[in-house]
Amino acid sequence: MIQHLLDGILVGAILSLGAIGLTMVMHILRFANFSHAELLSVGAYAALVFDKIFKVTLPLMASAIGSLSITWALILSILFSMVITGASAVLFDRLIFRRIRENGQELSMVFASFGLALIVRNLIGLIFGLNTKLYTKEIVFATVLSRDPLVVVKLDQVATLFITLILMVLIHFVLSRTTFGYSLRAVGENPELAQVNGINLDKTIMVVWIIGGCLAAVAGVFYGLTNQINPMIGRDLVLPVFAATIVGGIGSVYGALLGGFIVGLASNMALIVLPSGYSPAVPFLIILAVLLIRPNGLFGEERQ
Amino acid sequence: MIGILSYIIFFTTVASILAIAVLGLNLQWGNTGLFNGGVVAFFGAGAYGTLLLGGTPQPDHIAGFELFYPIALIGGMTAAGLLAWVVGILTLKMRHDYLAISTFGVAVAFENLMRNAEWLGGGAKGLRGFERPFRESLGDGFVYNFVFLIAVVFCLIVTYRFQEILVSSPFGRLLRAIREDENAARSLGKDPARIRLTAFVTGSVIMGLAGGLYGTFYAFVSPQDVLPTLTFQIWAMLIVGGAGNNKGAVLGAFIIWAAWTFSGWALSRFAPIEAQLYTGSIQYVLIGLVIVIMLLWRPQGLLPERLVVSQSGLG
Amino acid sequence: MSEIVLEVRNIIAGYVPDLPILREVSIMVKSGSVNVVIGPNGAGKSTLIKAIVGLVPVSEGSIFLRGQEIDIVKPHLIAKHGISYVPQSDNIFRTLTVRQNLELALRNSGKNADLRLSELLEQFPILCDKLKEKAGALSGGQRQFLAVAMAISTDPDIILMDEPSAGLAPKAAQGILELLRDLTSSGVSILLVEQNVNQALRLADYCYILAEGRNQVDGKASKLLNDPIVGEIYLGGKRFGAEA
Repeated sequence: MIQHLLDGILVGAILSLGAIGLTMVMHILRFANFSHAELLSVGAYAALVFDKIFKVTLPLMASAIGSLSITWALILSILFSMVITGASAVLFDRLIFRRIRENGQELSMVFASFGLALIVRNLIGLIFGLNTKLYTKEIVFATVLSRDPLVVVKLDQVATLFITLILMVLIHFVLSRTTFGYSLRAVGENPELAQVNGINLDKTIMVVWIIGGCLAAVAGVFYGLTNQINPMIGRDLVLPVFAATIVGGIGSVYGALLGGFIVGLASNMALIVLPSGYSPAVPFLIILAVLLIRPNGLFGEERQ
Repeated sequence: MIGILSYIIFFTTVASILAIAVLGLNLQWGNTGLFNGGVVAFFGAGAYGTLLLGGTPQPDHIAGFELFYPIALIGGMTAAGLLAWVVGILTLKMRHDYLAISTFGVAVAFENLMRNAEWLGGGAKGLRGFERPFRESLGDGFVYNFVFLIAVVFCLIVTYRFQEILVSSPFGRLLRAIREDENAARSLGKDPARIRLTAFVTGSVIMGLAGGLYGTFYAFVSPQDVLPTLTFQIWAMLIVGGAGNNKGAVLGAFIIWAAWTFSGWALSRFAPIEAQLYTGSIQYVLIGLVIVIMLLWRPQGLLPERLVVSQSGLG
Repeated sequence: MSEIVLEVRNIIAGYVPDLPILREVSIMVKSGSVNVVIGPNGAGKSTLIKAIVGLVPVSEGSIFLRGQEIDIVKPHLIAKHGISYVPQSDNIFRTLTVRQNLELALRNSGKNADLRLSELLEQFPILCDKLKEKAGALSGGQRQFLAVAMAISTDPDIILMDEPSAGLAPKAAQGILELLRDLTSSGVSILLVEQNVNQALRLADYCYILAEGRNQVDGKASKLLNDPIVGEIYLGGKRFGAEA
């Protein structure tokens, strides 16, 4: 059971990062973006490409950090991947979502996101192949924390949790101490008032996409690191990430943070009672539970 | 000659069945503005429900009640309706994204359940033991398929007429009113949430009908038949054909199904051996492109929604 | 010397292009004056203000700032034109603290922000104690003061305010209107929409009456205060330029 707890926290960190970007987009642009989870996929693959490039061109960076399997090259790749993924998110908005918004077809954005998800997911499959990939070919040994009950953890997972927590502290700082953070919250609360107080709505939307993309890239790489990289990352994560935003309350960054951990924990704890084949359905059950008990989630507010 | 005719009958049967499902979706999205992200769940409930109720007892799983076929079919439709009711009750008073996500989740959970619960639906092996109605008298060949096609087209026509009547009825006006301006409708004393629920459940029941017919046609259903792919296909059909227009729904079904089967055939015929593994991916990219491009270029579809003059009442 | 800070000439505006709410409305705001726009419900008063700041599309007509014609204003750039706008309701950010609201309004003030903040707090001592509280927890009157503080934080030439006294107790309403009156001593011009006709006319210099999206009557506030025509327009009597 402790193992499940641990796994749940580690998965939860990844879901939290993915959910933050999604919850912001859902709140400000008011549509369920089914293509957000594909950004994690984009991030994971982009980092893979950069990692291979750096390993070849900067062999010094190919050395692992300490006893992790993460190399300096991978760290650098994550940064580059964040740029690519952030840019992709903005590109998708410019090409597709914004045009649909401008045509007044707000509700259609959901479909468009479905279609976009299909395109991105399968293009990745076509370009990179359908087989699974890994960032490192070396065998990664898990560290045994305790023998009885058996609790193991990969150091990589601990590192990802650590980095995630740092990112979250950073995000908290920005939201609660900087005028930029206030402007994001202002746009979420009242876009018109935000504009007349000098906030450029278009620019803010672009920044929200970039932030969402960057966080998704990190989440995607971490997922690829602790599981494997395959084109179905987006498809597998779309429901859990949505569940995290619903648990936390759409529009609340802190809610998304907590929601991710809750979904991760619940999904793993459920494995104690449910056969593992059912785990894809657990996020749905969580959503159902939230709708029954507290439809607006932990920190969500009704906003018409 | 018979071969081509057989194929046309096969194609038309499946396209008509899917058209029924698209009509159900049109009621939900085109008329009421509800986003159903898990069409396949209601389709699947109809398929599994019909086969479970009408099939012969099997050793591995429950059901096989051998009910009279029309009752089994209605049972399947009811299963779809019940599922819709549960989901709708919980989500329709929330913002529209919740319905989208929840229905998507229902579809994931449904496929997951059917894949794992062998006692319920045969698991990954699928549901067998169903005998197509009138099989003894009509045999298994060309004649049967032709008769079945007639039956399916009949169902399609009935569904179409039902929708047309609904759209020009006071209820239809109410749906449009709620879609356009909920507050105004509320001020007239109508409860938007309940009306949306009715529309959602009705549309899902129609999808259940399509699913039931689909299961009957193949006399078999498995988790492979309830994948998200079907949801995307039905969406594409509605978007291409024209949301809000029943003729468009049917037209879209035939066009997209033709495109899908044609692209599948063309890819398997002309693509090199190494690429065969990827034909599915290519088809998915194509359908994604169809959805996105239609939404950008002609969101109203090929046959836009007509302004309906209601039958009763003036202005 | 009164120059004309803002002039709106014959604008036609509305949310939907074929359904204009304003039909050829013109007003003028002289520097340092308090101007009030009154009229029955649905007259288009709020729409007029929103059209000036770019929240409602203008299909025809022109807007002049200090004699220069300006193109469509983008809402987030109104401060650059020296305009501030306070909406009728939801005019502060409830989930942010009072301090965060003010800092947000001062976001584009660069190096002067801190100085400006202390100046504002001097001017609005009521807000000093509440700096750390969420704006949503303030009373109605305090929220209006905060909204006005945010509006003047950018040193505007003209403040547009939509029903400043709405929902306020009479004393608080009076307080807000007097505050706006006092602001003019520093050269700021005020354009208000008001339902509270009597209080507004007592404190205003000039008044415009709109009905059915058109100008009806305008004149010195003191004159209109006692003019029966005001009541007539409100009760649907005499109307000029209405549709046949």
